[in-house]
Amino acid sequence: MAIHKRSKDELAKRVAQDMFDGAYVNLGIGMPTLVANHLPPGIEIVLHSENGILGMGPAPAKGEEDYDLINAGKQAVTLLHGGSYFHHADSFAMMRAGHLDICVLGGFQVSVTGDLANWSTGEPGAIPAVGGAMDLAIGAKQTWVMMDLLTKQGASKVVPQCTYPLTGIACVKRIYTDMATLECTPNGLVLIDLVDGLTKGELEGLMGVDFAYNFDQPHSPD
Amino acid sequence: MINKIADSVAQAIGQVADGATVMIGGFGTAGIPDELIDGLIAQGAKNLTLINNNAGNGDTGLAALLKARRVKKIICSFPRQTDSHVFDALYRSGELELELVPQGNLAERIRAAGAGIGAFFTPTAYGTALAKNADGTPKETRFINGKHYVLEYPLHADLALVKAERGDRWGNLMFRKAARNFGPIMAMAAKHSVASVHEVVSLGQLDPEHIVTPGIFVSAIVQIERRATQGGGFKAVAQAKQEQAHGDT
Repeated sequence: MAIHKRSKDELAKRVAQDMFDGAYVNLGIGMPTLVANHLPPGIEIVLHSENGILGMGPAPAKGEEDYDLINAGKQAVTLLHGGSYFHHADSFAMMRAGHLDICVLGGFQVSVTGDLANWSTGEPGAIPAVGGAMDLAIGAKQTWVMMDLLTKQGASKVVPQCTYPLTGIACVKRIYTDMATLECTPNGLVLIDLVDGLTKGELEGLMGVDFAYNFDQPHSPD
Repeated sequence: MINKIADSVAQAIGQVADGATVMIGGFGTAGIPDELIDGLIAQGAKNLTLINNNAGNGDTGLAALLKARRVKKIICSFPRQTDSHVFDALYRSGELELELVPQGNLAERIRAAGAGIGAFFTPTAYGTALAKNADGTPKETRFINGKHYVLEYPLHADLALVKAERGDRWGNLMFRKAARNFGPIMAMAAKHSVASVHEVVSLGQLDPEHIVTPGIFVSAIVQIERRATQGGGFKAVAQAKQEQAHGDT
């Protein structure tokens, strides 16, 4: 059977499914921003943006952009009723001190124990830039990473140990990928779900990493 | 009588010594005090150390200051942007020194300076390449209540340039939306803090409950005619490229 990989939107929907009512959430630049489009009906979450916004709303209509109101990716956004503005030190206090319930980040590599590499590939000569990645990774109550399981070259981005420069140590709780959802624990990786057409054994083969133990896996034929 | 309202940008900025450390507010293009940066370029100080979140977009503002070769070092969290070509070229040629700081550490180091804190322990960047000093030695760390922390020192400045929305002659400030970003903490952390505002109002017209930065942190205010903040960063460049591509076909 062919592997039914999750599309970007299906992956965003999978992440959104685990959001809970009342959560304060930061969605990182790139793919994580898609999660906002897939929130389950009936739950209310408050989106945080590192540049001093709580209650961030969707993009404005074309022509209505106000570039004093932007998200971390510098895109024009809106403010929901109940939203607020604050300065950078307060914004990062929210991140650092665990006031945010969930942050969703992209990733280059995540280790089985939850180390994250997502800010630099360590390429010589590249201009380094970190932004708020390190503060976000270690600060939220739960850090979730959302990424494709494999690189374009087919290498697993879930690894025994990160080879790229670290963003944070043992900070990732969950990894949502196009093929499976995984949980990082001090004892190693736990499988939460996998897509149709993929067995647990095949997934372990793709990653080159074995699971510590499994949750219930209704979709796993193994 | 206290009157912090300056007649001109030049008067508000005053003398800036060569080698000064200058904080400049803004995140992306929101809150970048372009007119004050132009004033700093006109003033002529060189060998500056700049503290800003980014390292300039396009060819104006911060990028123009870099291009004029007035800056020897920049302390920031996110220099690399799709339209940061001025910074990129100077950095690659070795003409510009970079101290890369995680954004929350940058904000807290600025806040600490303004709050009189000698140093602080933060969990951010522990165990990473950014928990090192410029010479490559590890920064001091401490294990506190089951968690690892890195010792970080405050960032003080000689001058802060901040964009605000509304102010009065005592220097009280209100900001606009997410253009507030680094403004309030930078105003606290510099010996001489200058804010541009779009509106100057009489004392008592700012609701005391709504004043974001009390005038004690502000040295001078200068009124600048309002113009809409232009987009910047990834989206604007991507959009421009897309529109150009569509135009070509």
